[in-house]
Amino acid sequence: MHDGETIAAISTPLGEGGIGIVRISGNDAIKLLKKVAKPYRKKNWEECRSHSLHNAYIVDKDNEVVDEVLISIMRAPKSFTGEDVVEINCHGGIVAVSKTLEVVIAAGARLAEAGEFTKRAFLNGRIDLAQAESVIDVIRAKTNTGLKVALKQLEGHLSQKIKVLKEKLLEILIQMEAGIDFPEDEVPYLSPDEAKRKLKEIAVSLKELIDDAGRGRIIREGIKAVIIGKPNVGKSSLLNALLNENRALVTEIPGTTRDVIEEVINIKGIPLRIIDTAGIRKTENLVEELGVEKTRSSIEEAAIILFMLDATTDWTEQDEIIARELIDKEVLVLVNKIDVQNSQEISNGKQYFKESEFIYISAKEGMGIKDLENAIIKRIMGGKVVSPENLIITKARHLKIIKDAYNHVNEAISALQKGFTDDLVCIDVKAAWLLLGKITGETVEEDMIDRIFEEFCIGK
Amino acid sequence: MKYKAGEYEVIVIGGGHAGCEAALASARMGCRTLLLTLNIDNIALMPCNPAVGGPAKGHLVREVDALGGEIGINTDQTLIQVRLLNTGKGPAVRAIRAQCDKKFYQRKMILTLESQENLTVKEAVVEKIISRGDKVRGVITRNGAEFKTQTLVLTTGTYLRGKIIVGDIKYSGGPSGQQAAVKLTDSLKDLGLEVGRFKTGTPPRVDRRTVDFKKMKEQPGDTKPLRFSFMSEGIIRPNVSCWLTNTNKKTHEIIRSNLHRAPLFSGTIEGIGPRYCPSIEDKVVRFEDKESHQVFLEPEGMDTYEMYVQGMSTSLPEDVQQQMLRSINGMENVTIMRTGYAIEYDIIWPVQLHPTLETKNIKGLFTAGQINGTSGYEEAAAQGILAGINAALVVKEKEKLVIKRSEAYIGVLVDDLVTKGIEEPYRMLTSRAEYRLLLRHDNADERLTELGWKIGLASKERMERFFKKKKIIKRELQRLSTFKIKPGNKSLNEMLVKRGTAPLKKVITAAELLKRPEISYRDLKNCMDDWPDLDPEIEFQVETEIKYEGYIKKQKEQVERFQKLEDKKLPDWDYMQLEGLSREAQEKLNKIRPISLGQASRISGVSPADINVLLILLEKRKRSGSVP
Repeated sequence: MHDGETIAAISTPLGEGGIGIVRISGNDAIKLLKKVAKPYRKKNWEECRSHSLHNAYIVDKDNEVVDEVLISIMRAPKSFTGEDVVEINCHGGIVAVSKTLEVVIAAGARLAEAGEFTKRAFLNGRIDLAQAESVIDVIRAKTNTGLKVALKQLEGHLSQKIKVLKEKLLEILIQMEAGIDFPEDEVPYLSPDEAKRKLKEIAVSLKELIDDAGRGRIIREGIKAVIIGKPNVGKSSLLNALLNENRALVTEIPGTTRDVIEEVINIKGIPLRIIDTAGIRKTENLVEELGVEKTRSSIEEAAIILFMLDATTDWTEQDEIIARELIDKEVLVLVNKIDVQNSQEISNGKQYFKESEFIYISAKEGMGIKDLENAIIKRIMGGKVVSPENLIITKARHLKIIKDAYNHVNEAISALQKGFTDDLVCIDVKAAWLLLGKITGETVEEDMIDRIFEEFCIGK
Repeated sequence: MKYKAGEYEVIVIGGGHAGCEAALASARMGCRTLLLTLNIDNIALMPCNPAVGGPAKGHLVREVDALGGEIGINTDQTLIQVRLLNTGKGPAVRAIRAQCDKKFYQRKMILTLESQENLTVKEAVVEKIISRGDKVRGVITRNGAEFKTQTLVLTTGTYLRGKIIVGDIKYSGGPSGQQAAVKLTDSLKDLGLEVGRFKTGTPPRVDRRTVDFKKMKEQPGDTKPLRFSFMSEGIIRPNVSCWLTNTNKKTHEIIRSNLHRAPLFSGTIEGIGPRYCPSIEDKVVRFEDKESHQVFLEPEGMDTYEMYVQGMSTSLPEDVQQQMLRSINGMENVTIMRTGYAIEYDIIWPVQLHPTLETKNIKGLFTAGQINGTSGYEEAAAQGILAGINAALVVKEKEKLVIKRSEAYIGVLVDDLVTKGIEEPYRMLTSRAEYRLLLRHDNADERLTELGWKIGLASKERMERFFKKKKIIKRELQRLSTFKIKPGNKSLNEMLVKRGTAPLKKVITAAELLKRPEISYRDLKNCMDDWPDLDPEIEFQVETEIKYEGYIKKQKEQVERFQKLEDKKLPDWDYMQLEGLSREAQEKLNKIRPISLGQASRISGVSPADINVLLILLEKRKRSGSVP
């Protein structure tokens, strides 16, 4: 909706070199620079001329420098959107771009929806009628690809926590709502003290999530790729081959368990977090190995799966077991050991995968590694696998939602403290609950009513 | 033999709570109106609880009243007990609930209909609806009368192919031993409407002389003369008690051992029943751990011994009904006067309606009440008045009325029905409203009376009363915000301490003091000299406006944002031809055909991206002046 709100987003695909632009558009675009950008030389942002360039540092709320940037200011109406536009050119790679966007949003901008800049440009008459279709294409394309995948990848640990908090909010809510709508029925009474205690617990958990996200943990993890295959198929060799080709950004990630080997590599500017399931407990029984929770969850959370086959052994029962786990996943099939003399083109098992997904390599000799990299990049660009840009957007969106939910929970606590009635307390509890639902994407208001009828014996 | 029986501008089929409001509204708006009912004696019948109101439902009654409807006035004149509910839960959700004298309620309503100018009441069984092209033309009755009309409002309640079920006994019929309307469903199908089947039920009625009230808890009404209608002043009514008792282990044992005879579980009942109105057998099965359920005995009227057994809705066989009632404390020797039953009936799926309650495929045909899948007299009345208004507006060739979610519970109700659709009988709940704090029962007149007057429904007298009230409130709000209270007032400080809040240390306005949650308008009034003597409802409204100013302001801002999308009207597009929308959105939009971008955004399966695409297409259409 075009409502005059100031919006922000990363407006360039993040590629090699890690340069990225954060674009801000709206009435407060220039005003909010005061909060986030420190110019080299003292100046008043609001007095800057249109179409001017400025060196500055982006700082967070603790005044810590996030990145050294170049800021361009374009005033309405002669800008892309027809509104005041600020573009922040970041140099510090993906983490810096992401952090800059976060800081801008914390300063009051709203995260732009897919295609929203173009939409505003159109609605403000900066794009003519002939281009209307292309605006729609942008909206459609940006929505269809990436974001859903990004959501899935980020979910893992975050969504589990959110689900728990959402459930706790719903429990409070349905008790209050049922009491309101069915005053003559036997709905267990939730005392204000009890409600307050429960809400405070939720507030603490939300605060932890906000602090966590602030440390940039989510983004540093990069795009998850999992190498999977039967024992001795060459998983570790592949990891080494990829590491040889690419500069490792991080060699050791704190907090990872010894069971799984993880490395982050950089393919054409895109951080890829490679998880080698070879590290999983060695056991002769592959079924048991697969049954290990960690492997399953690695597969579940992975954006892309590198499934390795052995060209010297053809399709085995073990491959079959693994393949069944990979149905409906983003898979690249790597046929390894093509350097060995009597290697063969795996013929069985192809029904699980498309022809295009087969890549022939020799991890030991470094053959076909470039093909593999290209295939990965193609998937990311094609929107099938999450792009870092989408990962950042998703993360920033989540953070904003969690912060808003946190504020609502605090409002509800304060209303209870003031002795306000349930009808008012409910407003903020419900708002927080609906917000968290936007992350897990499964809240419908009707759910609340369903739960009331499930939980309480209500009605004449 | 068919014969020409006359011509009307509006015909209403059905004399229930929806039909009464629809007929009165169109007649009051000056349209020649005919009300056709299966049985005049059963007009405005309450086949379930002899009660009106409660949270959300009471709000609806007030809203219908504010528009110029009848349910509020009729209830006020025939009630025999009244209570204010949710007094401790906040201003938004306070609600009135009244017990009515069932027969008296009907008598009053019938007389009102009979006395209404422009309105004719006739007894007839309508068997066919006549249409020409996509326009409604008239109806044909069983006796061959053919009535012509410009518009038709269907309020068939639970009578469409109604089927009564008690144990393994099953027969065609309407509620309370009446005949069903058997042929009309086919006529609706012929018009292209999709039909569904719902179920509801009612408990047995008992003879109060066979009840031992000493073993029950008395539930007296409020002594304050609470009334629904903004027009009801000085009506004196009796105050009769209800009685509370409980089911027990023995009751539940009887039910459990007879579940094999329960139509609900044997598969005899096909219709979908409401979850909020479960039968006792359903409660016992679904809430296995609960050892007891509440049972209320409600008087059916002043001149009858019949009592309604709330909480014991059932379709178990008659012998089991007697056994289980007699296991209840105070009902050991009870005599059943009417047996409880389940009733199945046909509905039309309400997504086939515009938010005006006009069907999308037949112009001039409106539906309201249980036929649209709702339950409750109040929900019926709310739709009835809207359908009646819009039928009249069609006759007058004026713009039809759509009530928004931000304006009234009526708006929430209708929007839910036509936009989201339903899967079970729909009941109004306050939790369905987004802007609950604005949709209070005390300000229903502020929200709707002017509207009712503009369309020619609310009377001049009502309008004048409303203006007077509005003026008093405004004046009092102004006075309180400028009235300064000095810290030296001893009785005031004592009161403040007693209420658990700090005594005054400096000069403060009355409005500021009222913002303290602990302090009521009454508290203040009791401590101050020269305080105006206002109507308690006005006092309460003034207090609410001041105390919850912050919250009210926030909700008003939300409404403004909401309004922007509601104001963007959508043309009658063929969405399958529009590119850029998801397939699901195309299908849903084509089915619902929303009137605004706001309504479109509430359709499940229409994403924010789809809304943005529509926004672009609207802009494109505006600029090029053509349909894409």
